[in-house]
Amino acid sequence: MSEPLVQARGLTKKFGDFLAVDAVDFDIAKGEAFGFLGPNGAGKTSTMKMITTVSPITEGKLTVFGLDPTVEGRQIRQRLGVVPQEDNLDMELTVAENLYIYGRYHDMPRADIRRRITELLEFAQLSDRSESPVEPLSGGMKRRLTIARALISDPDLVILDEPTTGLDPQARHLLWDRLYRLKREGATLIITTHYMDEAEQLCDRLVVMDKGKIVAEGSPRQLIAQYAPREVVELRYPEEQMEGIGERLGWLEGGIEVLADRVIVYTDDAEATQHELTIRDIQPEQVLVRRSSLEDVFLKLTGRSLVD
Amino acid sequence: MTTLARSWRWVESEAIGYRRVWRGTVISSFVNPVLFLSAMGLGLGTLVDATSNQLSVPYLAFVATGLLAATAMQTSAGEGTFPVMAGIKWRKGFHGAITTPLGPADIVIGMMMWGAIRLSFVLVVFALVSVVLGALELGPALLAVPPAVLTGLAFQSTATAYTVTRENEISLSTLFRFGIIPLFLFSGTFFPISQLPQPLQIVAYFTPLFHGVELVRKIALPGADSSIVTDLPLWVHLAYLTVMTIAGIALGARWLDRRLRP
Repeated sequence: MSEPLVQARGLTKKFGDFLAVDAVDFDIAKGEAFGFLGPNGAGKTSTMKMITTVSPITEGKLTVFGLDPTVEGRQIRQRLGVVPQEDNLDMELTVAENLYIYGRYHDMPRADIRRRITELLEFAQLSDRSESPVEPLSGGMKRRLTIARALISDPDLVILDEPTTGLDPQARHLLWDRLYRLKREGATLIITTHYMDEAEQLCDRLVVMDKGKIVAEGSPRQLIAQYAPREVVELRYPEEQMEGIGERLGWLEGGIEVLADRVIVYTDDAEATQHELTIRDIQPEQVLVRRSSLEDVFLKLTGRSLVD
Repeated sequence: MTTLARSWRWVESEAIGYRRVWRGTVISSFVNPVLFLSAMGLGLGTLVDATSNQLSVPYLAFVATGLLAATAMQTSAGEGTFPVMAGIKWRKGFHGAITTPLGPADIVIGMMMWGAIRLSFVLVVFALVSVVLGALELGPALLAVPPAVLTGLAFQSTATAYTVTRENEISLSTLFRFGIIPLFLFSGTFFPISQLPQPLQIVAYFTPLFHGVELVRKIALPGADSSIVTDLPLWVHLAYLTVMTIAGIALGARWLDRRLRP
């Protein structure tokens, strides 16, 4: 097996007494779309910042392209494309100029940058906005421009920190479509997200992070198979019945999770479970049957939901 | 790429943005000296010269040289505060740039280089306006520009170092209210510091704008005697401002690194 593009062993980040990343291990291979799934504050962004060499490592070992971020940060960044969580486009420049200056930061010849800008604006579906200022662009357009900017130097590794957070569904789907295309073309991607559908759609392999630790690792399909039974029944009860609902449903075999507004029941046979509920007269107000997802994996592993 | 090449990339990006706003800044570069020199120089100067000018040069020449250094201070303190805070907090451009081969030190040096270019332009315009208004001869006016640029850089670098440790706009206005404006008034710009009470004179000796003003006058007003300038040698002013510039850059780069790469 060829050497991994990114390798972490016991990688740790502390801010004072706060342990943001707690001795994590992972390997990311060339050509892979690798995800970090977890709620806000799980340590995903801190991990990304160490990989992009903009945050010093507290303990442990990290190599990117076989290089050491502490001493060879610049060489690493020369080969990276970074899409930060928060847009930081230059509002005083046009769409094309935003790409141009990042090409210059990467020391590209001007003619190469111009050629690349044309390609990337097409890729980002912003060709007709080339000379427009950045300010009036929609959130989705700004995001696509930020992704195009990260690709200007044809990087060996693209890091996307929560690429679709804050976008409306339509803008998200358009962005996924672009990222999917990038992936098909063989780019290596690292994606952090707290959306399980995003991780399922885009990631070949992912780690689930919680409170600075990696709690599970695998492909989305493997993780679901390993941690969550096939089907999920979501039950909603009137508020007055929610109290003590855990005990009353304790006999369910696949396991349950009681959330603030609903009960999640894991089962291999949703129909049988519903039948049982009818017999025992614990009929809920509302029932939703669905296939289990990464959200359920996270719930199983941590007892908490990903978003909120 | 060398540090200089990387910093120059930053200058390039500043220049691209500047192409869109240069007209406005050019107008203010002309208007400021015209306003100040006509009010202080021609207006107040006529009164001073007519009553009892104890200076060995006309008041207009005296105040034009002082204002040249003071303008450098104000322009550069501006460059070292608001754009820096914008890069860190408001628009966060610095956070993006440091994910490329550029680092915090490259940004600080790039901003200084850009500041020097912009300031030189502002000061050449100032010098030419003072020639047109009869304050200075062309030669001395242009000679006064380089020392005034050095004065500006000393303020830009230290303002940058200050700003990268601050959280909000209020601290920036504080710098102007309690730093820049008092210096503007009491560093010998409008009257020789020998007019100040003895204790304040001693304070003035330690302030940066005083050295900038002295340096500019000693270079641009060759006939200046003790009624206008102190007898401190030229190198003292040069050393003060150079050390201040370098210290500002070194601390600014270091503290910006700490700020951007926690």
